[in-house]
Amino acid sequence: MRYLAVAIAIAAGLIVLISYFVPALAMVQSVLLNWAIILAGMAALVGVFNLISVHGDKVRRREKGNIYSAVLLVSLFASFIFGLALGPDQPYIRLLVNTVIVPVETALMALLSVTLLYASIRLLRRRTDVMSIVFLLTAVLMLAASATLPFGEILPLNNLIRPWIQQVLALGGARGILIGVALGTLTTGLRVLFGADRPYGDK
Amino acid sequence: MNLIGLGLVGFAAILLIALSLMKRKSPPKWRVIPALMRLSRAVDLSVEDGTRLFVALGRASLLTPRGGAPLAGLDVLRRLTERTSLSDRPPVAAAGESSLALLAQDTLQAGYRTMGVSDLYQPSSGRLSGMTPFSAAAGSMPIIWDENISASILVGDFGVEAALLADAAERRNIFLLGASTDISSQAALFASAQELLVGEELFAASAYLDPGSSHAASLTVQDILRWLIVLTLLAGTALKLMGLF
Repeated sequence: MRYLAVAIAIAAGLIVLISYFVPALAMVQSVLLNWAIILAGMAALVGVFNLISVHGDKVRRREKGNIYSAVLLVSLFASFIFGLALGPDQPYIRLLVNTVIVPVETALMALLSVTLLYASIRLLRRRTDVMSIVFLLTAVLMLAASATLPFGEILPLNNLIRPWIQQVLALGGARGILIGVALGTLTTGLRVLFGADRPYGDK
Repeated sequence: MNLIGLGLVGFAAILLIALSLMKRKSPPKWRVIPALMRLSRAVDLSVEDGTRLFVALGRASLLTPRGGAPLAGLDVLRRLTERTSLSDRPPVAAAGESSLALLAQDTLQAGYRTMGVSDLYQPSSGRLSGMTPFSAAAGSMPIIWDENISASILVGDFGVEAALLADAAERRNIFLLGASTDISSQAALFASAQELLVGEELFAASAYLDPGSSHAASLTVQDILRWLIVLTLLAGTALKLMGLF
């Protein structure tokens, strides 16, 4: 049974990979990907059960922070029941998303800017090397070039330095990193395809 | 038919198989990555002092082109589980995507089974921490704060929200290694994480934790392909300068 699962996983992976290069197999690829999407949808439901189980345990054992777990569970059930009864396009359900979820995520984003500022200040204390200094100087230069200043923009910064950093240094570096990531993804994918790594059970 | 793409994948596959089967006379020698050495030390320390490891796998779906990073993350999770399975406290893994959370549970269970301690596996050690990037980060922060964690490893596809996890670890004086394929999160983690793996170093992590023939071959294939790309870029630049291309 174990070998059958491995054989099916490898065969499905190979077909999907080859069909990217052989258009004649596009139909088979589409069918396999549709199955994968259905499975992913099912996994979302199982994931929600996992969330309920973990936070339910926290509330039952009265662990630290269990009040937040209780709030999460109540909110989850309320959203689920109302969403099911009224439908996702109902104005009240949209209101729930727009007045709770969006502001909370935006608040976290705002918190992140403060966190990053604080982290940048701590960076020199934690790691005083050339790269840290270059990183901070670049960040300050880019902020100064992008910010709306009371006395207007600083011309050489905005017209020369910012485009040069963005389009030469940053773009070149980003492309280098992305090529490395692509090669890593390729070899990792191939290892999974050949069954050397199995993220689906025993080896 | 995309012959260049097919050729590249085919060449990589043949190289990977050939190098995996080739018997090495000496163990592979790789450059030292200080972040992974510190991770190894932190893992050993966590077993000794009975604390937990926290592995965050990010929010990428395996159905998207970003699926490579979570696969590498699951491999790292597997190595770490095997190394810490006999510890008093098992590692905790969290993902911001449901199918990845399920695979994390399966990986943890397989790691325990390999070490012959299946009964120590707890299903709650593989968790879905949230369904959106920020909710996943918010769901992971209490794990760092409250669950006796001594080392956090962020390995997968994260956005800038990874900095919130790094901040949570910093406040608890916990070791944190950040490894993400996303450029913006690499910048955020450079400023906020104690240790950072840049770019393709993420894919080398499991090989450094537990060198095997397929991992060694994988790193060699990456190096060969990287040199081929460098040579192609240089040749292209030279041809362009000569006005031939």
